[in-house]
Amino acid sequence: MTFIVNILSLGIPFSVALLIASLGEMFNQRSGIFNLGCEGMMAMGAFLGMLVPYTIGQGADVPGIYNYLGLLLASGVGALLGLFFGLVVVTFRAPQGIAGIGMQMFGVGTAGTLFRHFIGGTQSVPGINTAPIPGLSKIPILGTLFFNHNPMVYVAFLFVPIAWYILFKTPWGLRVRAVGTHPRAADSIGIQVNKVRFQALAVGGALAGLAGAYLSLCQVKMFSDEIIAGRGFIAVALVYFGHWHPVKIMAGALLFALAQALQLAIQGLGIDFPYEFLVMLPYALVIVVLAFSRKSQKTGPSALGKPFNREIRT
Amino acid sequence: MTKRFKTGYRIGVILLAIIITMLLGAVILWAIGADVFKTYMVILTEPLKNKIGVTEVLLRMVPLTIIALGITVAYRSGIINIGAEGQMAMGILATTAIALAFPNLPSGVLIPFAILAGMVGGAAWGFIPGFLKAKLEVSELLSTVMLNYIAAQLYTFFLRGPMLDPAELTMGSGTPQSMRLTRNLDLTRFIPGTRIHSGLFIAIGLAVLIFLLLWKTSYGYKMRAAGASERAARYGGINVPKYLIIAMMISGGFAGIAGSIEIAGVHRRAIEGVTSGYGFSGIVVALFGGLHPAGILPAAFFFGLLIYGADMTQRLVGVPANMVQVLQGIIILVIVATKMVLANPYLMQRVESKFAAIAAKRSNLEVQA
Amino acid sequence: MELTTKAIDSLRIEHITKRFPGVLACDDISLDIGKGEVLALVGENGAGKTTLMNVLMGLYHPDEGRILINGEEVNFRSPNDAFAYGIGMVHQQYMLVPNMTVLENIALGFKQAWKPWKLDLNMVRDRIDAVARQYGLAVDPDAFIWQLSVGEQQRVELVKTLCLGARFLILDEPTSALTPQETDDLIALLKRMSGELSIIFISHKLQEVKDLSSKVAILRHGRVVFQGNTIDHSSSDIAALMTGHEVVLPHNDAPACTMGPMLQLRNLKVRSDRGFLALDDLSLYICKGEIVGLAGVSGNGQRELAEAINGLRKVESGQILFDGKDIANCSPVQVIQAGMGYIPEERNTEGIVPSFSMKENFILKDTDSEKYSSHSFLKNKVVDVEAEQLRQQFDIRSPNIEVAAGSLSGGNIQKVILAREISRSPKFLIAVYPTRGLDMGAAEFIHKQLLQKRNEGVGILLISEELEEITNLSDQVAVIFKGKIQKVLPSSEASRRRLGILMAGVKDDEEI
Repeated sequence: MTFIVNILSLGIPFSVALLIASLGEMFNQRSGIFNLGCEGMMAMGAFLGMLVPYTIGQGADVPGIYNYLGLLLASGVGALLGLFFGLVVVTFRAPQGIAGIGMQMFGVGTAGTLFRHFIGGTQSVPGINTAPIPGLSKIPILGTLFFNHNPMVYVAFLFVPIAWYILFKTPWGLRVRAVGTHPRAADSIGIQVNKVRFQALAVGGALAGLAGAYLSLCQVKMFSDEIIAGRGFIAVALVYFGHWHPVKIMAGALLFALAQALQLAIQGLGIDFPYEFLVMLPYALVIVVLAFSRKSQKTGPSALGKPFNREIRT
Repeated sequence: MTKRFKTGYRIGVILLAIIITMLLGAVILWAIGADVFKTYMVILTEPLKNKIGVTEVLLRMVPLTIIALGITVAYRSGIINIGAEGQMAMGILATTAIALAFPNLPSGVLIPFAILAGMVGGAAWGFIPGFLKAKLEVSELLSTVMLNYIAAQLYTFFLRGPMLDPAELTMGSGTPQSMRLTRNLDLTRFIPGTRIHSGLFIAIGLAVLIFLLLWKTSYGYKMRAAGASERAARYGGINVPKYLIIAMMISGGFAGIAGSIEIAGVHRRAIEGVTSGYGFSGIVVALFGGLHPAGILPAAFFFGLLIYGADMTQRLVGVPANMVQVLQGIIILVIVATKMVLANPYLMQRVESKFAAIAAKRSNLEVQA
Repeated sequence: MELTTKAIDSLRIEHITKRFPGVLACDDISLDIGKGEVLALVGENGAGKTTLMNVLMGLYHPDEGRILINGEEVNFRSPNDAFAYGIGMVHQQYMLVPNMTVLENIALGFKQAWKPWKLDLNMVRDRIDAVARQYGLAVDPDAFIWQLSVGEQQRVELVKTLCLGARFLILDEPTSALTPQETDDLIALLKRMSGELSIIFISHKLQEVKDLSSKVAILRHGRVVFQGNTIDHSSSDIAALMTGHEVVLPHNDAPACTMGPMLQLRNLKVRSDRGFLALDDLSLYICKGEIVGLAGVSGNGQRELAEAINGLRKVESGQILFDGKDIANCSPVQVIQAGMGYIPEERNTEGIVPSFSMKENFILKDTDSEKYSSHSFLKNKVVDVEAEQLRQQFDIRSPNIEVAAGSLSGGNIQKVILAREISRSPKFLIAVYPTRGLDMGAAEFIHKQLLQKRNEGVGILLISEELEEITNLSDQVAVIFKGKIQKVLPSSEASRRRLGILMAGVKDDEEI
């Protein structure tokens, strides 16, 4: 029993980076943009998030506030990277898959370069600590599971209904869905397709940056070149798995985080089993899930990956 | 539209692309307080100042060429293979296994055998995403990345376990690496005092082979047709899934060969970090080389220069070697955007009419004056 | 609720010119429409009608010329500006997002319902109700677009346009996907509406033009070649002006061939992409040296039929006997090798590989043949000679055989496909909409080639929407409706009216 509770209470905070990043990717894809650069944006977020408390935050009166400034900076730069990506794939209409690889290399490379200059070796930060919710966290088992996490965990799960509301109940969400499915129709009715796509990319980039900063400030509490470890790519896969729907994406993020927690817990048990095979598990799971997830044409953004050009008929 | 304007336009766009690339790189260099001009000079010229430098660049060119050739086959067939790193690792494992199992085979037998094994290892790893894409519509971009992580773990597992150098066990340092492989596997280092090895000729030979395959045979024709227009290829009776899988296996096989040759020519044992970054660099080389063997050879030299030059910047101007990844990322983004600009007749027409307007205004002014 | 914006008493288009790279789509066009008038804009495909309307909607910006509303110059930068003046357009391809509801689709353009943090769908619902009452146009606001039939989708388009306040309607080929009966209903509706609205409608069906319009303007190659009142001119006058010369399309008047059957389709069942039965127990046979024209409103299974025969779509049950052998569920390459020729519907994406050169496209189906390759190596010299010969024989206008096929004009692309298929000496040919969007010259050429093949003993299945093309070329006409063959009749008995009734799904046409 405690073993299961341990895995679950470990898995929930693990899911946060995936959850935030894939909600961002969901907005990108719903608007028709396949953003494989998510990994790079997360890397930049992870570095910048940590940079603020590590440099100006050290020895300050209220060090905690600098963590949040770090999160803010990470989201802001993430949004800028999203817009930069938009310049390449929306304005210039470059193929999105390969451009995403460029974005990923640019982000990971820049984070690594800046990290070596501004921080150097392995340095850790105090980061954002657990904030048990008074009262609720005292409930046996449930308290440990759901109410004894760092504040960003609560925020991330709040993002799920918010993302749902924005996507399905606001005019902006309507526009995003329209330009991702039938951009020509949206255009014919006076919606600026590329503008909406840029907006969605900014939102997606901001969330990717935030997800990265979560890793360096709340989960690992330090930066390394391998900190993202493919989470950006998994986030992209989760959006397919979750059929572009926030709730299903949350389920996917939890599934992968639990796989990771399970993997760590088994390693912790000290069973004589090559740990490499356990580390592989979440990655292999992605492939299996992609292979067997239902290909849905009716709900998905059917213009995904296709640049919009009013003057060229398809 | 005049031919002269078209040529001028193309050259102008390409020059602009180069300037933008340098400027974007300069922003990052400026952020870390480096001397921008000096850094670029070190990267681009420092390696070429002596024999060692040049051969080291050529040394890096070998795996870059081979991997980029494989990526080209896949790309031309409609699959973007970002899994070369994993496929290379599998190739190394297969080669190492053969070398460990048959240390006494003569070079003339062992080398082809081991390289073939590397190719099979890489091709097997490439088959998985090819099959998943062709039969189950799984995005190869995601499956190949995941397979990279899986291959990296398998690689570590073998180097720590079954293939671990017995000496490491007794000495106790525990570095995950195989023993020094049999000398029968060594590729000849043909310039004394340098590390450059005969793998360079294999790479050039493979470039010719890929050119023939893609442009002179019916297999290549079908693969290119499948990549250029999947639908039209299907309507033309081409079994698109079959050629996707074949292309992906060739692509993986080439990455595997690159791995074998790195082991046989440079490291002479399987160690960690052999594959690092080559998969993504291979994509940049393939794109930069215009997805054509004749372009890939010089492109591979250029990026070999960049990679080796970036190693030197760390020492000479204090710029981290990660800078090369930044530049590669920017280059990809700029190349794909530039290609679209060049292919956009609307934009070209707009630019031309702007030019015409300016020219008209000027001639008006001249008349008035 | 007020449905309309301020009145449009007159709309003038003056000297509009719009260029695309290499194409002059609109060339100094001037038109003029008053209140309550219905202007029919007539012309062949590619004459510039749609481009002109897109300029009027603010989707394209004209290179020269201006638009005046009530005497004032307007400058539309986007469709929003056009809506603000009460101009709305129903595009030929419906502009509806399939995975959204009718309500959401209309809300997309209905900016009054866009509250900052909430989409006021009730407001949209009220608006739809009001429009439905005023014009007698009922739609289900909660249905998803993908659930609706083509006719229903068009109604949604009309409601959408009216909800956005249009009192000046532009309709781009509104009847092209409708059955003759649906067409009649639409014409009646538009007639009623023309009391309060001005309408421009694009068509190349002369009957509709006569029925509905008060004025007619004819476009040819981007220019207005004629303007006048509809009553003053007969249909044949208009037809002659449309094409610029008296059209004499080749006609099949050779005696019907009596050779044996070549292609027999027996009780075919085939599913569409969406999973329903697109072909439901379809049977048909075509003899050697015979052209069978398949008439029908598009979307009744034509695409699925052609794909199933060519091995591109799974056959659930039934037989496809080709020269006596069952080829149902054979692979495309097996069907090709059995001697099937195929001119597919989408010439740019299915017929050719656009980025390949013309000569490479000629050998698309023959890279493994002994003629063009030995030991997998392509015989480039043979390919070059053969390609040059085909280029001349089929009069393909291009500088050489190395140009990318995708850069050719539609007519020349179709000739490349035809050349490839015919030079393979097929036993049978399936031609799907072979002349769609082509000019008369190219169409005539293709028709002649098809007839010649027929006379050489090749069986041909001609799928087309153009009844004239079908009746001119065919020996027999088969009518397809909802995946079944309604009736097969000799071309001499296939009158326009009779085909129309059959296409609408009425089975027993004898007493009409």
